[in-house]
Amino acid sequence: MPPTDAREPPFEQDTLSESAPLWRSLDELPARTASASPDCPTLDRRQFLRLTAASLSLAGAGACSRAPQQMIVPYVHAPPQLVAGDPLYFATATNLGGAAQGLLVKSNYGRPTKIEGNPSHPGSLGATDIFAQAAVLDLWDPDRAQAVLHQGQVSTWDSFVEALSARIAKLSVNAGSGLRVLTESVTSPTLAGQLHALLERFPGARWHQYQPINRDHAIEGSRLAFGEVLEARYHYDQARVVLSLDSDFLAAPGVRYARDFVGARRADDAQPDPGRLYVIECTPTLTGSFADHRYAARFGQIETIARAVARAIGLPVADGPDAAVLPGDALAACARDLKLHAGHALVVVGDAQPPVVHALAHAINEALGNVGRTVNYTAPISALAEPQGESLRQLTEDMAAGQVDTLIVLGGNPVYNAPADRLFGQRLAKVGLSVHLSLYDDETSALCHWQIPEAHFLEGWSDTRAFDGTVAIQQPLIAPLYGGKSAHELLALLLGQTASNDYQTVRDFWSKTRPQADAEVIWQQALHRGAFEGSQLPVRPASIRSDFLRAPATSIPDNTELDLIFAPDPTIWDGRFANNAWLQELPKPLTKLTWDNAALVSPKLAQQLGLVNEDQVELRYRGAVVLAPVWIVPGQAEATVTVTLGYGRSRAGRIGNGAGFDAYVLRRSDALWHGQGLQVRKTGAKVPLATTQHHFSMEGRRPIRVTTLDQFHRDPALVAGDLHRPPRPNMYEPVRDEGYAWAMSINLDACIGCSACTIACQAENNIPIVGKSEVRRGREMHWIRVDRYYEGAAEQPRTYFQPVPCMHCEDAPCEVVCPVEATVHDSEGLNLQVYNRCIGTRFCSNNCPYKVRRFNFLQYADEDTESLKAQRNPEVTVRMRGVMEKCSYCVQRITNARIEAQKGNRHLADGDVVTACQAACPTEAIVFGDLNDPRSQVNRAKASPLNYALLGELNTRPRTTYLAKLTNPNPELSQIRVGDAKADG
Amino acid sequence: MSSVGVHSYGSISQKISGIVLTAGTARWWVISFAACSLLTLVFFGAIGYLFYTGVGIWGLNVPVVWAFDITNYVWWIAIAMSGTFISAVLHLTRQPWGASISRFAEAMTVFALAIAGMFPILHLGRPWFFYWLTPYPNVMALWPQWRSPLVWDFFAILAYLLLSLLFWYLGLIPDFATLRDRAPGRGTQITYGLLALGWRGEARHWQRRQSAQLLLAGLAVPLVVSVHSVVGLDFAAGNTPGWHSTIFPPFFVAGAMFSGFAMAMTIVVLLRRAFQLGDYITARHLDNLAKLILAMGLVLAYSYVMELFMAWYSADRYEIYTALNRMRGPYAPVYWSLIFCVVVVPQALWSRRVRHSPWTLFGISILINVGMWLERFMLIVTSEHRDFLPSAWGMFYPTIWDWAILIGSIGFFGWLLLLFVRFVPVISMAEMRELIDHQRGAS
Amino acid sequence: MNPEHAAHGLLAEFPSPAALLQAARAAHEAGFRRLEAYSPMPVEGLVEALGSTDGGLPRLALIGGIVGGVLTFALQWVSVTIDYPLNVGGRTPAWPGLIPATFEMTVLGAALAVFFGVLLRSGLPRLYHPVFNDDGFAAASSDGFFLCIDAADPLYDPRQTRSFLENLQPVRVAVVDA
Repeated sequence: MPPTDAREPPFEQDTLSESAPLWRSLDELPARTASASPDCPTLDRRQFLRLTAASLSLAGAGACSRAPQQMIVPYVHAPPQLVAGDPLYFATATNLGGAAQGLLVKSNYGRPTKIEGNPSHPGSLGATDIFAQAAVLDLWDPDRAQAVLHQGQVSTWDSFVEALSARIAKLSVNAGSGLRVLTESVTSPTLAGQLHALLERFPGARWHQYQPINRDHAIEGSRLAFGEVLEARYHYDQARVVLSLDSDFLAAPGVRYARDFVGARRADDAQPDPGRLYVIECTPTLTGSFADHRYAARFGQIETIARAVARAIGLPVADGPDAAVLPGDALAACARDLKLHAGHALVVVGDAQPPVVHALAHAINEALGNVGRTVNYTAPISALAEPQGESLRQLTEDMAAGQVDTLIVLGGNPVYNAPADRLFGQRLAKVGLSVHLSLYDDETSALCHWQIPEAHFLEGWSDTRAFDGTVAIQQPLIAPLYGGKSAHELLALLLGQTASNDYQTVRDFWSKTRPQADAEVIWQQALHRGAFEGSQLPVRPASIRSDFLRAPATSIPDNTELDLIFAPDPTIWDGRFANNAWLQELPKPLTKLTWDNAALVSPKLAQQLGLVNEDQVELRYRGAVVLAPVWIVPGQAEATVTVTLGYGRSRAGRIGNGAGFDAYVLRRSDALWHGQGLQVRKTGAKVPLATTQHHFSMEGRRPIRVTTLDQFHRDPALVAGDLHRPPRPNMYEPVRDEGYAWAMSINLDACIGCSACTIACQAENNIPIVGKSEVRRGREMHWIRVDRYYEGAAEQPRTYFQPVPCMHCEDAPCEVVCPVEATVHDSEGLNLQVYNRCIGTRFCSNNCPYKVRRFNFLQYADEDTESLKAQRNPEVTVRMRGVMEKCSYCVQRITNARIEAQKGNRHLADGDVVTACQAACPTEAIVFGDLNDPRSQVNRAKASPLNYALLGELNTRPRTTYLAKLTNPNPELSQIRVGDAKADG
Repeated sequence: MSSVGVHSYGSISQKISGIVLTAGTARWWVISFAACSLLTLVFFGAIGYLFYTGVGIWGLNVPVVWAFDITNYVWWIAIAMSGTFISAVLHLTRQPWGASISRFAEAMTVFALAIAGMFPILHLGRPWFFYWLTPYPNVMALWPQWRSPLVWDFFAILAYLLLSLLFWYLGLIPDFATLRDRAPGRGTQITYGLLALGWRGEARHWQRRQSAQLLLAGLAVPLVVSVHSVVGLDFAAGNTPGWHSTIFPPFFVAGAMFSGFAMAMTIVVLLRRAFQLGDYITARHLDNLAKLILAMGLVLAYSYVMELFMAWYSADRYEIYTALNRMRGPYAPVYWSLIFCVVVVPQALWSRRVRHSPWTLFGISILINVGMWLERFMLIVTSEHRDFLPSAWGMFYPTIWDWAILIGSIGFFGWLLLLFVRFVPVISMAEMRELIDHQRGAS
Repeated sequence: MNPEHAAHGLLAEFPSPAALLQAARAAHEAGFRRLEAYSPMPVEGLVEALGSTDGGLPRLALIGGIVGGVLTFALQWVSVTIDYPLNVGGRTPAWPGLIPATFEMTVLGAALAVFFGVLLRSGLPRLYHPVFNDDGFAAASSDGFFLCIDAADPLYDPRQTRSFLENLQPVRVAVVDA
C-alpha cells in the first residue's frame, strides 16, 4: 500500500491563509492559457521558478496528507527530506450511488495520476471499483465544461454572481418562494447543513432530490416494514447462507460488501462452512455469476418467490400465486438452508424490486434472527431519505405550473435522465432563472440559462458518508483546472457568504461539530487517515410491523406480455461516465460489449423473435420508441428484455456522443425499473457492436478448473491442482533467479469478474484506448483481460471469470522467436518487453499461447492532447505505433520498492510490491510476491492443492498461476455442478 | 528432341538477340507493360501509405497478427524456388533440353525473390529498423536473437538472392558479349559491352565458366532446399497448433517446387507464344515440366494427408481441433478450394493430350498458383485465429490495402519480367550453340 | 600488311569447332606455346589441345565455404556467450539454434569465392583486348572460331607462322595489331 504514514512535519498555524492564490500544476500550465478562466497565470521565467519552488514545497510538506492550498502558501523553503520527483499520496473520497469510497490519490508534482483505495476507510479497505479507478481520467478530460456559460455564450463567474445576487435580493422579499434547488442524493453533512440553512433563510424555497439510479423502493420498503426509514447495513462476513433476490450486491459501486462476502467464504482459510449463495434474478449479474445456485426469474416472479420463502420459514404471509417458478424444490431447499443457518443467514433485495419485497426481506431476516448479526439498521446515510421520484414529481409539476422562478440544479443531468413522462426539459423553459452546476456542458446545461463548470472531486473540498455513515473528508489534490466551482461555493453564494470558499465551509462545519480544543487535531487526523474516527452511524433498534404481510400480492405477473427492465450500465452507470474513454472501452463483465449498450434478450426469446446478435429492433413501450441492437445473453429471464441506461447521449463529449441508444426515452416515473407490455419489432437493419470475446465455450480445455467443495474435501489431489503432478521434463538447465523471483497467483474462487483490475492497469500503465472500430477488429489493448466462459445449458448457464495477464513464463515462448531480443528475461524472472528495441514482427504474439500481448497496430497513444499528457504515469513509457506491449508485473512499482529498500539497506519484505491490479481488486483475488521468500503470500497460495498453471501442458512454466474455483452447492440440489466439473475434464 | 537442328550458330544469335536488339517494340508488350506499370504504382503507393500509417491499415489483429503479409512472402519465395533449382538440377544432370528454359527460370527466381524479400520488411511494425536483424551489435549493443527463425530467414534470403544473381549473371556474360558485338548503336554497344566485362570467348574462360556454373549449381541445390526448410521453420518453430510440426520443412520444399514449376509453366507458355520460340521451347519441354508438376502435386497431396494423420496421431487436442477447424470452421471454403486447385486439378496432367495443349497447361498452372496462395493463407490464418484459449479466438478480414499490396506485387513481378524479356536474351545463346554441337555430334 | 610493324599476333578463323580443335592440336604439336583459341561456345578438348589445364576452382569454393561457415558460427557463439549473454526463454546457449545461419553463410561464402575466382583468374573484367582490333572478330561471339598465335611466341615468325596457319584450311588469316 502507498505510504500514508509518511513523516509529518510540524503543522504551522502561520501557514494557514484564507485567500491564498491557488497554485496550478506545472504540466497543464501551457494548456491553461487557452482556458477562459480570468485568474490564469501567464508564465514568465520568474513565475516559473516560483511555481517550481511551490511544487517542491507542496511535494515535500505534503508528505502528510493535507490540502495543496495550505502547503502552497509560503512559497518558501522546501523541507530537507524532500526528494524531487517522488510521488505523494493524499487521502480523499468519492461518492457514487450514495455511498463513499475512501481513496488515496497519487500525485506527481501536483498532478493526480492514479487512484488507489484507502485501507483505513471502511468503504474501501484499500480496494476500489472501476468508477473510482477511472475518475482520474474524468479530471483531465479535455471535453469538461471550461467556462461559465450564459445562454450558451461564454461569460464570467463575476457576471453570474451579479445576476444571482439580483435574484437573491428579489427572493429575500418573498421568503424565497419560487426558489428550488435540485440535487442528487446528498450524503455530505456539510452540503446538507448548507441546504438546511438555505431553507431556513428562504422558508418558501424547496430542496428536491433526484438521481436516475435511486433507492426509492428500498426507502418505501423500509417504511412498509418499520414505519420509518432505516438504512440496512449488511454484514456479509457473518452470513453463511445468502439469498439474493435480484440484488447485485457484489458489483460496483462500492467494494466493501464484495470484500466481506468473498473474504468470509475463502476455502483456503480452514473455514468449515464457507457459505452458500443463492441468487434469483432477471438479468445475469456478477452476483448471479458468483452464486452456488442461480435461477433466472421474471421480474414479477421475484415477489412471489419472496412470499414463498417467507411462508416457508413460517411467516403469516397472504397466499399469493404459488412459486412453481423455480426448477424442482429449489425454493424449498433454499428456505430449509436459510432456516438451518438461522442467525447466520441473510436475504437481500435489489433496489429495483418493489417495496413489498424489501419489506418481506426485512421480515424474513427478523424472523431468522439475523438482525444484529448479519444485518443492522441505522439512520439513513443520505441527508434527505425521501423517495426521489415523488420529489421530482412535485418539482416538475411546480415548474409546469410556473411556480418555479429560480432553479438551481447542483450536479445531475435531469433533462437527459429524468423519466420521460416528467417532461423535465420542456418544463424547464417555464423557469425564470435556471442554473446548472455541472462537470460537463451537457443536455441540461444546454437548456439552462447559466452553466457553471463544476469542480471535480479532486479539485474541491467536501465531505461524504460511507455505507456505514463514516465521514470522509474529500480533499482536493489540485486547484480547479477550469475555474470550476463546488456546490458548497454556489450555496454559500445563495446564503450570502460571498467571501467563503469550499475549504472554509467544510472546515467551519466540522469545527462546529467538534469540541474547539482538539478540533484541529481531529481535523488533521481526518485528513490524514481520510475518515473521521468513529463517525459511523449508531445502530438503531428496528421493530418490524406485520400488517403488510397479510396484504395481498401487489405484482401479479402477466406472462403473456414482454417484460422491459431498466438497469444501470455496468461501466458508464447512469450516463455520467459516458465521456470516460476507459469505461467506454472496458468490456461489460457479462456481455463483453464495449462502446455500446444493447437490448439484452434470452436465447429462447431471440429464437422466438428470430433475432441474432447485432440485429436492430424497435422497442416500443407505452408509445415511446427506440431503435436498439440485440445482444443474446444466456441466463437472461425468458420473455424479458433488459436495457441499460446511460447511452445515446447528445452532449456528453467527443467520446460519449452518439454511442449506444437512450433507454431513458422508454422510462416512466411509474415504471422506473420494470414495465410490462413491451413490443419488439425487428427492423431488418444491423447495428455493428464491438465485443472483446467471441467464443464462450471452454471447448473442454479447462482454462478454468472448477470443482465442488465436498469433492475437494474428499480428494484434494483429484482436483484441478498441479500440486501432485510430477514436474514436466526440461531440455535445458532451468535458470535460477538469485535475488527476487516475482510471481503472481490469481484466485478464481475469489474473482467476481468486476474488471477493476483492467481499469487499474490501464491507469497505471498508460494503456491507450483504441475506439469502437478498432475493438471490432480485435485490437483492444488491455494488459489484463477478464475472460468469461459459460458452461451448461444456455438458459441456465454457469458463468466463470478468469483474469488473464501476462503469465511471465520461465520458458517464455515469445522470447525465443523475437529476432531482435526485444523481449527477454531479467534476473528476477520478469518477462520484459523492451519497447525501444521492438521492431514489431508480432511473432511473439503468435507464439504466446495466452494471447496476452497487445500490439500498437496504429498510433493509439494520444500525443497531442495536453491534459491527457498530464494524466499519464511518468514512470511508464508511452508506446508508439508498431511496438508490442504487455503486462510488466508493474515493473516500475517493483523498481520503486527496490530503491526504497536499498535506501534503507534492507531486503524487500512481502507486500512491499503491490501491482496495480492487486491493489484495486475488491476481493484480494490477486496475490503478488517473491517466490524466493518461503513465507510470502504468493508461496502460500501456490502451495494450495487448488493451484494450477493455465495451459500447463505446454510446459511454459508460467509464474502466474491460478487457484481453482470451488462451488458449494446445496447437497439437496447438487444435480448440477459436480457433473459439470467432471464433464469439464 | 528439340528442333534447334534446323538452326545454325548464326541463326540462333540472329533470332534471339534480335528480340532484344530490334528497335521496334511489339504492341502486346507496350500494352502489358503499361498495365504492369500501373499495378507497380499501386504497389509502391500502398507501401508508402503503409509506412506512413502503420500495419493497422491491414486487417490484422490479435490473435491473427500475420495474414496477407506473410502469405505473400511465402508464396513469392516459393515461386522463386523453381528457377535456380530447375537450371541447377538441369546443369548437374546435363539435361540438354533444359538449356532453353533455364535462363528465364533464373530471371523468375531473382525477381520473385526480390519481391519476397520485401515482405518481411513490409510486415514490420517499425520497418525502418529492419536492419537490426543484421549481425552486428547495433542499437543498445544488442545482437540479433539467433534462435529466432526470422533471423534464419534473413540469412537464407540473403544467401539465396546473392547466389541466384551470380548464377544468372555468370550465364549471361557470353550472351551480353554477343549483344555487344551485334549492337546496332554505340550506346547499346557500350551498355552491353560493360555488362559483358570484356568477354571474348577464350577457351580457358569457357572452361572456368563451365566449372563455376557446375559448382554454383551444386551449391544452389542444397541452398534452395535449406531456404525453404527455413521458411517452413518460421512456422514449425512456433508452438501454434497447425504449425508446430516437423513435417513443415520438407512440406514447404515440395510446395515451393510445385508452385515454382507452375509459375515457370505460366511464363513458358506466354513467352513461347509471344516470341514464336516454338523451335526452342518445344512440346517436349512443356511435357516434362507438366510431369514435374504432377509429381510435385502428388507429394503435396501426400503431405496434406500426413498433416491430418499426424494431427490425429499426436492425440493433441489443439492439433486435432485446428485440423478439423480448417475443414469445418469459418475458413473452410478456403481449405476446400485450395484442395481443389492443388490436389484435384493437377490430376488432369495424367493425360498426354492435356500435357500437349499449351493453353490448358497455362490454365492449370494459374489455378495451381492461386491454390498455393490459398494454401499459405490457410496454413497461417486458420492456425492463428483459433489457438489455445477459446477466449482469445478471433477472425481476420482483409482490407483493401491487403489486396492492393498482393495485386500490386504481382504487377511489379510482371513489370520486371517484361523489362527482362525486352533487354536480356530470354534463352541462353551459348547453350543453344552447344546444343547444336551435340546434335551435330550425335547425327 | 607490313610484317615489320609490331603485331599482337596472327589470328586464323575456322568454320567449325572441329576445325578449330584440329588447328589447335596441330599448332601445339608444331611447338607453339603462346596460343589462344576463341569460340562462341565452349568446345570440348580445346583447352587440352592448347596444351594447358586449369583447375583450382573447387579448392577456392571449399576455402570460401569454410571461411563463411566458421566466421558465422564463431560470431554467433561469441555474441551469446561472451559479448552479451541473455536469458532468452530460459534456454541456455546451445549450438543447434546457430546452425541455420552457419549453413547459409557457408554456401554463400563458397559461391562468392567461385564467382570472383573465375573473374580474377580470367583477368576479367577487361574491356579492351588486342584481338578486338580485328574487324571480323565480332563473329567470335556468334559463329566464328578463332586461333591466335601470339607474336611473343619464341617460334613466331610473321611469314612462316602465317603459312603454317594457312595450311590448316582456315577461312582466313589476319594480323592482329597490338
